[in-house]
Amino acid sequence: MWYFLALGAALFALGLFGVITRRNTIGILMSLELMFNAANINFVTFNKCIQGGSMAGQLFAVFIVVIAAAEATVGLAIVLLVYRNWRGIGSDHYNVMKW
Amino acid sequence: MIPVQPEVGVAFWMLAFVIIMSGAMVVSLRNIFHCALCLIICLSAVAGIFILLEAEFLAAAQVLIYVGAVSILIIFAVMLTSNLAVQKIVQTNENALVAFVICLVFMGGTCALVDATHVWRYTAEALPANNTLEIGRQLMTDYMLPFEVVSILLIAALIGAIMLAREEKT
Repeated sequence: MWYFLALGAALFALGLFGVITRRNTIGILMSLELMFNAANINFVTFNKCIQGGSMAGQLFAVFIVVIAAAEATVGLAIVLLVYRNWRGIGSDHYNVMKW
Repeated sequence: MIPVQPEVGVAFWMLAFVIIMSGAMVVSLRNIFHCALCLIICLSAVAGIFILLEAEFLAAAQVLIYVGAVSILIIFAVMLTSNLAVQKIVQTNENALVAFVICLVFMGGTCALVDATHVWRYTAEALPANNTLEIGRQLMTDYMLPFEVVSILLIAALIGAIMLAREEKT
């Protein structure tokens, strides 16, 4: 079980690195998907090793997949909107918000 | 009581290698389109990990939703903003070194924490044999409310995305 959790931690660290360092907003969204997947690996591992009988971990993972899909849809719509207005999608284009 | 342990064999190491390598390429390649293709490889390999962990329904959902839908959405977004996709500009900002150290510390800390924990209450009980049947049954009984809430969230997100991305002609 240790190896699966370590794989999840490594994937999460990679996603964190991407979120911190990317200039491109689509790159940030892709790194976020990596982090969601790391969380899913951990949930499924715990469901198999710790829980037994119940499927709560896998159900959580299913909900995470759905919410990640919703997040990607809205995020990419915002990216398209920003691109249409400023002809660029670097994260420094988001400096014109009201607050 | 014999704890159920997932098998760590050749398949796991191959999938882990593919996940880590393609994940590293997702966060480090210059061309954002290549990053999207590497993301597809990475997500497919995660589906393989789910099969190793006896979560067949989740593996199928992963392939359908992530590889089939989210990746295509990302590739569409890359192509619609395509004057950036062909540029070979540096895609990372000046935080790279600090971020690398932070992530190494995070990963090392997490692995040490997992290693130091000896109180896992391992189960001897195997997962239900028919994975999809059990997930469907629990979705319709114990998890009815979250199921409905997530449906409303999904449709709200879709309508919101359409409203955001639509051209304002009139």
